[in-house]
Amino acid sequence: MFFGTKAFAGSFMPIQGSTFAASVDSLYKFLVYASLISCALVIGGMIFFAIKYRRKTNDDKTAYITHNSTLEFIWSFVPFVIFMIVFGWSWYVYLQIRVVPKGAFEINVVGQKWNWDFIYKSGRKSSGEMYAPAGEPIKLILSSRDVIHSFYIPAFRNKQDAVPGMYTQMWFNAPKPGSYQVFCTEYCGEGHSSMLAKIHVLPKDKFEEWLRNDPYKGMNLVQVGLKLFDSRCTACHSVSEENKVGPGFKGLFGKKRDFADGTSLLADENYIRESMMMPAKKVVKGFSNVMTSFQGQLSEQEVLGVIEYIKSLQ
Amino acid sequence: MSTANTHTHTSHLAHHFQNLEHQFAAAKLGIWLFLCTEILMFGGLFVGYVIYHGIYQEMFAEGAKHLDWHLGAINTVVLLLSSFTMATGVHFAQKNESSRSLLALGATVICGLIFMIIKYFEYTHKFHLGLEPGRFFHFQGAEHSNLALYFSFYFLMTGLHGVHVLVGLGLIIWVMFRTRCGDFDANYYTAVECVGLFWHLVDLIWIYLFPLLYLVG
Amino acid sequence: MTSTSTQADEINYLNHQKGIWSWLTTLDHKRIGILYMITVLTFFLIGGIFAMLLRVELFATGKNIMSAAQYNQVMTFHGAIMVFMVIIPGIPAFLGNFILPLHIGAKDVAFPKLNLLSWYCLVVGAVIAVSSLLYGGVDTGWTFYTPYSIHTNNGTTFVVIGAFVMGFSSILTGLNFIVTVHKLRAPGMTFWRMPLFVWALYSTAVIQILATPILAITLLLIAAERILGVGIFDPALGGDPILFQHFFWFYSHPAVYIMILPAMGIVTELITTFSRKVIFGYKAIALSSVGIAAVSFFVWGHHLFVSGQSELAGIIFSFITMLVGVPTAIKVFNWTATMYKGSIQFSSPMLFALGFLFLFTIGGVTGIILATIAVDVRFHDTYFVVAHFHYVMVGGTLMAIMGGIYYWLPKIFGRMYSEFWARITWVLIFIGFNVAFFPQFVLGAMGMPRRYYDYLPQYASLNRISSVGSWTIGLGFFIALGVIIYAITKGKKAPANPWGGKTLEWTIASPPPHENFLIEPIITAGPYEYR
Repeated sequence: MFFGTKAFAGSFMPIQGSTFAASVDSLYKFLVYASLISCALVIGGMIFFAIKYRRKTNDDKTAYITHNSTLEFIWSFVPFVIFMIVFGWSWYVYLQIRVVPKGAFEINVVGQKWNWDFIYKSGRKSSGEMYAPAGEPIKLILSSRDVIHSFYIPAFRNKQDAVPGMYTQMWFNAPKPGSYQVFCTEYCGEGHSSMLAKIHVLPKDKFEEWLRNDPYKGMNLVQVGLKLFDSRCTACHSVSEENKVGPGFKGLFGKKRDFADGTSLLADENYIRESMMMPAKKVVKGFSNVMTSFQGQLSEQEVLGVIEYIKSLQ
Repeated sequence: MSTANTHTHTSHLAHHFQNLEHQFAAAKLGIWLFLCTEILMFGGLFVGYVIYHGIYQEMFAEGAKHLDWHLGAINTVVLLLSSFTMATGVHFAQKNESSRSLLALGATVICGLIFMIIKYFEYTHKFHLGLEPGRFFHFQGAEHSNLALYFSFYFLMTGLHGVHVLVGLGLIIWVMFRTRCGDFDANYYTAVECVGLFWHLVDLIWIYLFPLLYLVG
Repeated sequence: MTSTSTQADEINYLNHQKGIWSWLTTLDHKRIGILYMITVLTFFLIGGIFAMLLRVELFATGKNIMSAAQYNQVMTFHGAIMVFMVIIPGIPAFLGNFILPLHIGAKDVAFPKLNLLSWYCLVVGAVIAVSSLLYGGVDTGWTFYTPYSIHTNNGTTFVVIGAFVMGFSSILTGLNFIVTVHKLRAPGMTFWRMPLFVWALYSTAVIQILATPILAITLLLIAAERILGVGIFDPALGGDPILFQHFFWFYSHPAVYIMILPAMGIVTELITTFSRKVIFGYKAIALSSVGIAAVSFFVWGHHLFVSGQSELAGIIFSFITMLVGVPTAIKVFNWTATMYKGSIQFSSPMLFALGFLFLFTIGGVTGIILATIAVDVRFHDTYFVVAHFHYVMVGGTLMAIMGGIYYWLPKIFGRMYSEFWARITWVLIFIGFNVAFFPQFVLGAMGMPRRYYDYLPQYASLNRISSVGSWTIGLGFFIALGVIIYAITKGKKAPANPWGGKTLEWTIASPPPHENFLIEPIITAGPYEYR
């Protein structure tokens, strides 16, 4: 049991990616060691007593000890003191996690079933992959278009729910460039476990270059569509014939589609566009109506790109 | 616990109690605990009301304007009266005067019915105007965009209360029936007492609902 | 305290009336206890099978046996069944119903008809909840978070209404127990002479009375939200989804103590009986039950640490949550101290009690880790939480239920079970449990979120270990079921007091006569007078 705990205090943990990760970890390590000691005391005591005082004869006499006020006071008071130390320490660390430094670089994060969109002040958007400058405080302003999601970056030791109808916020400062995993940690339906994202922390000059870039520079429409597809559609749709939450797209274009309401249609450009903008209107037979509308979220170039990309999947 | 008094109605005494007094005390404690749970359940709605009233004060004021406080006031008086007749009914049951008790309980039922009839007219009038709860709300000319939320509260709170009035009426009628059969006397009137307490609680909740919904703003 | 005559062995509560109808209309608390036992064990079997299916799906990455939609439904049913139909009614309504009147020297609970009604509420509620399968099932998780639960498939309405009806079962049982404890104690049975199991059930009943109505209104509001679209919890209509979480956890956190307090009560009985020693710190254990019940109402906000509630609220809730640790620690220390200079017998009930102590201690300290707000920001909604509450609920409550069943089975059915096979079940459940859930602490520390149908490759090996552990637990419980059924049908006759217990139920015949006590007991001393 305990050999596992030792490891679990140390090497298993994700790397410390944010400035406050180390302080969270030292508090956590203290807690793990304090827990180990108290477990050893209680469980050890229990095993020791169990062996030492095991029944020897059938008419053993036992000591008649009803209580001991001093002892009971000590073992109530000592845990209380330890809890208060932990509480005070945790308060201090919690404020580090929560209080956003002034002048932090702001990025809007929008959750939607089942991907994360990132909107920068410059107007640049990205999806599924967030880019941020290294060594600078970054403030994330979270919201959701449908249900509650939660934005969790294990390496940053930080997490915040994205709630529809309100803005919540979190912050981090990642000193080292690198890529960090993001999970959705508030249950949000079929695609919950595939609602992943990456945060790419870049050196400041590289980040600014990225921010200025036209994301689709030099791409033809199919490449635009592919790029968009990879970040926004893959949680539910595959490019093979395999069905995930939604149908697979291989060979879709020009084929007859059967819908849940009994109607059917040949898949053309209009159908694909309508399925993105008003997904509830025609639901393919055998699937449930769970897709959220992309109305107002895509540029004309992007919509055309997706259509062309799906056309190319023959 | 005294065991001196003898009982005529030992058939009402369950085997695990010592005597009828003992059984009555247990029933009384039980019904009070049950009333606590009722208050807590309505408490959830009241908390929701207070929170949204804090956020959308004008909306609640606008909603209250659509309610007729005259009808609400009449209903309040009717229910207060019914509480009085209920208490009278319990009193006569204790005194072994079952025919008077029946009369008082009957008056309570009539008051309850008047309450429900007025409520019915209020509801149908609202439905007619389109002031329906939640997604059925289609009233034209609401100043506040979220007025539907006020009517959600109105219908949930008065609806849940109305269900309690109906249950209360059913219980009173059941008690009246048992009174007619001669089930109760000065030693055994637990059901009358407990139904009475329930009825008073139903009144009490209305006394909070009336100002909160009709007079607010 | 006199022992009953031998004639009582012939006619008892099990055989004084016959036929299924006599069971379905019974007002005897002992028979209702058995009705609850059958119901709870049936649901436990179903919930357990769901759990193992989940672990099969999680055995490897990608799709193994079910789709994401099916996984979410199985996950929801596993949680809802285990919480509402197994662990909440498990101890109070089954063992509590049977034992509480015996423990205080009463002939029955205060309101036998209500007691039967509460069993029917559980069954009817469960049927309504399960009928949701005909309407597309339910995939909200047992927590029904809005706005997800408002817009997902139609089965949800049935499950919330079913849970609403089952809530009445819980309320009526609690109400019955409070009145019973206040009004039906035998002569001389003062509060300070009650067995500690009764104290635990009493504290539980207080929580059931005060918290369950809030769940009732919350579930009604979800139903109203789905049927009428009232908008109180729906942000699209001006409502606040976080308010739902406050309402829900205002019930559901105290509900956690509805699940664990009675388990603590059972363990207290087991440890003192099998150590053959007076309990250490009777008043401290009794009052810590009440203390936990009281504080439990003010800690719900620790479920909302990352939901967007204010920092101040988070810090206050973290503080109060830490305070719950104190009475819990007191209990653990008192149990350990009771074993000091005792005469400890390792019968299977005691093994389960020791297993409880072991697992509950780990569950408890990880609870403190999660109460520490700065650390919880990281662990919230990860497998660390899953591991923690399984250590408390399965390692704690289910170990206590098993211990309780093995302890009281001779009393309830008048039969003995096979001690050898009972110990085998202990070994399987205890080892399987640690194999299944300890890796989940590590998975949580590595960052794996809960309620995930699929996971990243780095979590694969630990998930595999965990799955193997879960099947080991399953095997253990299957054998336990066999041990119980074999004992009931073919077991050897049990003596009135096989363990040398001192509480009142051991002074009467096994199984007890219909009216429990042929001669009303008169109590002159505390419950654990091992001198």
